[in-house]
Amino acid sequence: MSNDMSFNAVMGRKNEIMKKAVGIDYENYEFSGIGFDYERMMRETGYSLQEVQDVQRASGVGNTPLIELKNLTALARKFAPKGKGARIFVKDESCNPSGSFKDRRASISAHNAKVKGYKGIAAATSGNYGAAVASQAAMKNLKCIIVQECYDSRKVGQPEILEKDRKCECYGAEVIQLTVGPELFYAYLRILEETGYFNASLYTPFGVVGIETLGYEVAMQCREMLGKDPDAVIVTHAGGGNVTGTARGLIKAGASDTEVIGASVDLSGLHMASDRDFNRKSFTTGHTGFGIPFATWPDRSDVPRSAARPLRYLDRYVTIKQGEVFYITEALAQLEGLERGPAGNTSLTAAFALAQEMDEDKVIVVQETEYTGAGKHILPQLSFARENGIEIKFGNPDDEVPGESIILPEHPSLIKARDVDLNKLKNSYIKNCVKNNDVEIATDDDVKFLMEDTKSDKQFVLNSLNNLNVRVY
Amino acid sequence: MIKKGEWVQIHDIVLKPEERSPHLPEDTKKVPLEMWVKGFLNSDADLGDMVEITTITGRKVKGTLVEVNPTFKYGFGETFVPEVLKIGIDLRKIVGGGLNE
Repeated sequence: MSNDMSFNAVMGRKNEIMKKAVGIDYENYEFSGIGFDYERMMRETGYSLQEVQDVQRASGVGNTPLIELKNLTALARKFAPKGKGARIFVKDESCNPSGSFKDRRASISAHNAKVKGYKGIAAATSGNYGAAVASQAAMKNLKCIIVQECYDSRKVGQPEILEKDRKCECYGAEVIQLTVGPELFYAYLRILEETGYFNASLYTPFGVVGIETLGYEVAMQCREMLGKDPDAVIVTHAGGGNVTGTARGLIKAGASDTEVIGASVDLSGLHMASDRDFNRKSFTTGHTGFGIPFATWPDRSDVPRSAARPLRYLDRYVTIKQGEVFYITEALAQLEGLERGPAGNTSLTAAFALAQEMDEDKVIVVQETEYTGAGKHILPQLSFARENGIEIKFGNPDDEVPGESIILPEHPSLIKARDVDLNKLKNSYIKNCVKNNDVEIATDDDVKFLMEDTKSDKQFVLNSLNNLNVRVY
Repeated sequence: MIKKGEWVQIHDIVLKPEERSPHLPEDTKKVPLEMWVKGFLNSDADLGDMVEITTITGRKVKGTLVEVNPTFKYGFGETFVPEVLKIGIDLRKIVGGGLNE
């Protein structure tokens, strides 16, 4: 008997397909109203820090160097008030097997797929994660399919995504390339149903616990090198996994006073599902087009309950501009001899600005870099932007309009981190919880869950619920 | 004529415009959701023919034959952006003597 493969029919089978493809029954962790037992889900379905370390050691993942960026720090201090200018360190995650921190996430999914007897592993991703899954699949002799959103309707592909297609194929994966649109998820469900492969989602506990080692290593390396915990760790934020895993790792290391800061590239005004806008942006991830919606509704992901819950861990969230990231990427090469990114340098760019607010004996750690090369490098990225009609010029980055211009800072002192109001995002998240769960009454369990899930006190949650006319008892 | 067993790329329409999700921006609504996949050709054919391929994972997929031995068409950009040069020159001037200045 063949299944109905129409859009609505396949989407209707989503939960059934996902249950088989990730092997988690999310119903087990649900409360009656808004909340669910996040920590129990992480504990029972994921892997312990020790298990994750063992799996990653066996697959060449992790234990990457922590490098002090002395010249970038010196540059930042030139523009900082007297006594300000924290020491900037970077965790060189490009040293992982496929060139990014995403290997940490992929290693646990691939391990789990192998242990549970899946023949193959799949992921829906246009970025480094696809390369990571393909690389880990190669190590474990698993078949691998990567589904990419790659082209616009003219079949013009983002150079960075074309590079990822090449890299995945070179690891022996099958790559399915699609044009722009959220129905990628429909195509992906069809593949999961047809093949029975494991879904290496970025949002399962496996996709998140793999990053805990990153936060843990940062704390341990700072203690070894500096005799103290980092004062701040800055994380590029998109779907929320990077923030969540890193923060959980810091907590597991006991670095509870370290400030966790998220950073995204400002792509406001560009529609993520627009055929036209697709090739008018220079960043395919780490931007506000994912960062904001995944903060205000993490369960929009491909699994019923996302293990990536950024508001649970963020102390601060800032945005920076595309032109600023390109500038800092070039600065990293020219002043530190490190050719990386650019996309992975989003948090570095924010750190350059934030260091200038912090005392000079403080330490700010940028927790990732990524490999660079053909397609990815600043040269093809800017070349592609110019060919697509984006104006590139020097000036004040505040004047940059995503999709219209890329403004390289006329002077490095113009690089800024712009704060996003986290309380606004938290209220918006609570509103979505109320709306999507269709509740008029919240229980004590719900209030407790929302306090944890928004890192807020009881009064904040009660006020927010009160404003939504939700009664609590 | 392209021989059975050659490495090729095929193209297919996954969803016609009218079959697409209702929640799309206007420009995306007007175009189909398209797909490209590579694999080994299952029988002799010409470019433009509807064919079946076997992908590297062993899946059988049908579509229009568009390319033989498809290569990777990207690099460091067709247009050099000279503004990049100014960044390094400026920075080295500002940093001057470097660390111990």
